[in-house]
Parts: sequence; structure tokens; C-alpha cells
Amino acid sequence: MTQINADDVSHVAKLANLSLTDTEIKKFTPQLTKIIDYISELSEVDTKDVEPTSQTTGLTNVTRSDEVVTGNILTQDDALSGTDNAHNGYFKVPAILSERTDK
Amino acid sequence: MKLPLTIKETQKGLLEKEFSAVELVDSYLSEIKKKDKGLNAFLTVTEDEAYKKAKYIDNSMLKADFFESHSLFGAVVAYKDLFLTKGVRTTAGSRVLSSYVPAYSGTVVKKMEEAGAIMIGKTNCDAWAHGASGENSDYGPTKNPWNKEYVPGGSSSGSAVAVSAGMSLISVGTDTGGSVRQPANFCGVVGLKPTYGAISRYGVIAMASSLDTVGSFGHSIEDVETIFNTIKGEDGLDATVRNFQASSSKSQTNSKSKITIGVAKEYFAGGLDKEVENNINEAIKIYKKIGIDVKEISLPHTKYTVPVYYIVMSGEVSSNLGKFDGIRYGNGRDTFGAEAKRRIMLGTYVLSAGYYDAFYLKAQKVRSKIIEDFDNAFSQIDAIISPVFPTPPFKIGEKSDDPLQMYLADVYTAGANLAGIPGLSVPFEFSKKGLPLGFQLLGPRFSEPTLFELGKIYHKAVGFVPKTAI
Repeated sequence: MTQINADDVSHVAKLANLSLTDTEIKKFTPQLTKIIDYISELSEVDTKDVEPTSQTTGLTNVTRSDEVVTGNILTQDDALSGTDNAHNGYFKVPAILSERTDK
Repeated sequence: MKLPLTIKETQKGLLEKEFSAVELVDSYLSEIKKKDKGLNAFLTVTEDEAYKKAKYIDNSMLKADFFESHSLFGAVVAYKDLFLTKGVRTTAGSRVLSSYVPAYSGTVVKKMEEAGAIMIGKTNCDAWAHGASGENSDYGPTKNPWNKEYVPGGSSSGSAVAVSAGMSLISVGTDTGGSVRQPANFCGVVGLKPTYGAISRYGVIAMASSLDTVGSFGHSIEDVETIFNTIKGEDGLDATVRNFQASSSKSQTNSKSKITIGVAKEYFAGGLDKEVENNINEAIKIYKKIGIDVKEISLPHTKYTVPVYYIVMSGEVSSNLGKFDGIRYGNGRDTFGAEAKRRIMLGTYVLSAGYYDAFYLKAQKVRSKIIEDFDNAFSQIDAIISPVFPTPPFKIGEKSDDPLQMYLADVYTAGANLAGIPGLSVPFEFSKKGLPLGFQLLGPRFSEPTLFELGKIYHKAVGFVPKTAI
């Protein structure tokens, strides 16, 4: 049985940029344990010399000519239409750097 | 007025001036007003857009050449709320996108609009298309129109219900692991999951990109075929799409050699509800009676379908949902619902350092084995007849506490997504409780014409008459 504990769940949540409450961690831990235990069944399948499948189209290297198709470009206004946090035509994002305080 | 149930009837009525397109829209809107409070199939009703289009159609009808290029003229359509519609709110059934209004429409929406379809609204669905019951929407569950205590199936729940309850003539959904075929099955309508790569996903909110397909719902096989023929083909915006060329399966429908249907013994091995099983056996009997050969086949890796699907799908989900950070559009990641969080975390786990080889890479290899099973089967037969869901429709809330139990129910549908093959959900008969039953036909890649033909001859043999639930 694969054991997933609350720390594992917190770690995965952090990797996925999700902030979970303690109640959620408590709920998800047994659920994910059960699911991961179940999907671990795959280890019993012999896959020696089997190529992995990542897609089923059989297509390779689909390219298009390197030209601008104006019909498929959003205007700056359209691109910004989904946010209330715009400034001078840019998206406003939370600061990730702060001023040094030890100077 | 009595609403028509097929595209053909609709167009005949319009041409013979039995009704106008505006009157059609009047009627569908009044059906929605009357029924949808109890069903919760629509998240947005696009009354203004519908009237505008209806007036355009009424005016264009006078021109003789209008019809040739407009296969769907007058057909009222509802889009799953995963399809971007310019200027009309698109939520994916999630609170993350509660006020998101797209700046463009996707290819399928554009093609349907150009073909003369009238958009009536956007339909409810399990948030981000995560679910098989329609209960995972952040906007409340959709109800089954045959009995409101029961689930309609998911994730394209609202699209199936809109058609089944006569609130839209046709509708469009997505199928990543069964999300068109399952609700079609539970609501008693026809549903198609096409070959992967037959229809562009441009402008459809992605769930799992190596599995996602655009599917359609209607009351008849013919209507689903018409929608498929209208929206398929390359658009230059989805690199997985190639132009449709019907596959040459073992025997072509019209050639002298007989069509053979396969029955996979693994599909009847256990866990299948008796009533569903008896219904499929009845369908097989009817196929035999009309001269179709039926042959037992084996798909030995069937029991690994669900584990492979949940690894591949959740990995791709965690990656696709990574972009929803609330900066450019939508709300923050704290607004994801429980099922989306579960799948994002499962996907992140199977892709994370130390687990990738044991889970994700392993699943991709077993996926190859599953595809090989189907390839072997299709070297002997033209199509597979299979259950869609292991049980008849179940009550709302009955299974929602145990995610794994719900996941296991994808065993009959997810294989087609892993292999990229088409599946047609065909309604047939009702359970003792009066809820719809049916079966699905699976065929090799690009074998849609064979599936449509098999569906049509079946419905003809049983004298199937489309009807709405309420």
C-alpha cells in the first residue's frame, strides 16, 4: 500500500501552486492514497521493449509557414479585456522582489 | 407550436413556411423558461444573439443559394460552457472563470455559426469537464430530465439535457474520457465522440490535450452525422487535426463483404449491472437478426484502462490548468473546486521527480498496449459493441463521496480516448425505473461513416422514434 501522508499532500499542493486548508489536506490525504494505491496496479504489466505513446495522430513535425496571420491576433485592448488589473496597457502583477533593508 | 426534433424537420418547416426562425427561437426560449429552473442545464441563455441570428436566417431564406453552404441553417444549438464564444461569458463550469468573456470564438463555434446554426445558450458541465455525473459543476448539479432525482451523466451534462428536454435541437460537448457518450447514454440521446484529430479544439478550454475531442448530441444519428461533417477538418490552428479520410476497415458498409461486430469478453467480466448487460445482449440479438456477424474478441488490457487514463489525464490536466493564475483573466487558484484540486494534485504527483517513471512513463507504455489490443481487434472486425456506463443512471449524491468509485465507471469509455478512436453512443430502451439505456459502437480511427451506418440500420430495425424526455 502506497502511503501518502499530510506532508506529501502539502508538498504536492505547493508544487501545483495551490494553497490548501487543513481541512482540505485532511480530506484529500486518504482519497489520494486510495487513488494512488489503485493506479499502482500498472507496475504488474510487462512493458519491456514497449514504446510509450504520447499521442495517437501519427503526425510528426507539423509546421506552418512563419507568417503573421492578422486574423488570429488579439488587439492589446482585447488581450487586456479579461483583467481589472491593467496599467498603461500592461498587466499588473504582484511584486516578487522587495527593496533591500540591510543597506 | 410543436418543436421539430431533427435538423431535416426544422429545415422543412422553415422552407415550407410552417414557422419562421424567430418563432422557433420563441418556442425554444419558452421551453427553457418552463423547464430549466428544475434542470439547471443552462449557465447562460443568449436570447439577444439568438433573435439576431433568427432574423438573419428569415431574411436570407429568400436567396436560393443560401442552403447549399448552410448545412445547419435554422438548427438551434447549445454549446458546452467550455467553448469560447466571443462576447458571451464562458465559465468552464468553474468559479475561476465566473466572469470571463472571451475575445474570440473557437473554430467549432465559428463553423457552426457560418453553417447557419442559432446559438441559444451555454450549458452547464462538470467544472473543467472533470466528472462523469454532472455533479461537479461549481454552479450546481444538472438534473436528469427523465427523473430529476437522477444524474444526467457528465461532464457534458447540460448539453445532453438541453437536447433531451427539448430546450435545444442539437448541442456540442467535449469527450476526454467519456464526457459526451456518458451523458448521451443517461439522457437517451445520440452522442458522438469523434476520432482524435478529426475536429479542431482551437478555442475549446483544454482538459487533457492528448485525449480531448469535440463531440456532438442530437435526437438522431443523421443529425450527429451532419454536425460532424460540418465541423471536422483542418483549420491551421490545431496541429493535431488532419482532414478526414474515411478509414478502410475490414469491410466497407456498402461492399459485398458482411459487417462484423465484436463483443469484448472483458467488458462482461464483472461489475456490469444486469439490466445494462441484458439490454446490450438484446441489441446484439437484433444486430444478428438483421444479418450482422457478431464475434467474440479480447481486449486483454481492459482492466488497466482506468489507471492509465487517470495518470495520463491528470498529468495533462495539472499542466493545462497551470495557466489559471488570475492575472490575465479569471479569478485566483483558490477558486478551484474540490475535484479540480484533486486532479491537479494527482497529476502533479505522477509527474513529479521520483514518480515520473513509475507512473507517467509507465502509463504511456501501457497505453501502447491498450492501443495494440484495439488494433488487433479491428483486424478481425469492423466495430465493437459495448456498454457505455456500468450501471443505469444513479441518484444525485449516491456516489459523490467516493472519487475512486466514480473513476472506475470510466472503464468502457476512456479506452477510446487513449486509443484516439471514435465512439457513437446509441440510445435504446429504458430501465425498469424508466431511465434511458443504450450502448456504444467503437471503430478504428476515422471509421465514423461505418459507425453512423451501423447506428442507422439499428434504429431502423427497432423503429426508433426520437422523443424528448419532458
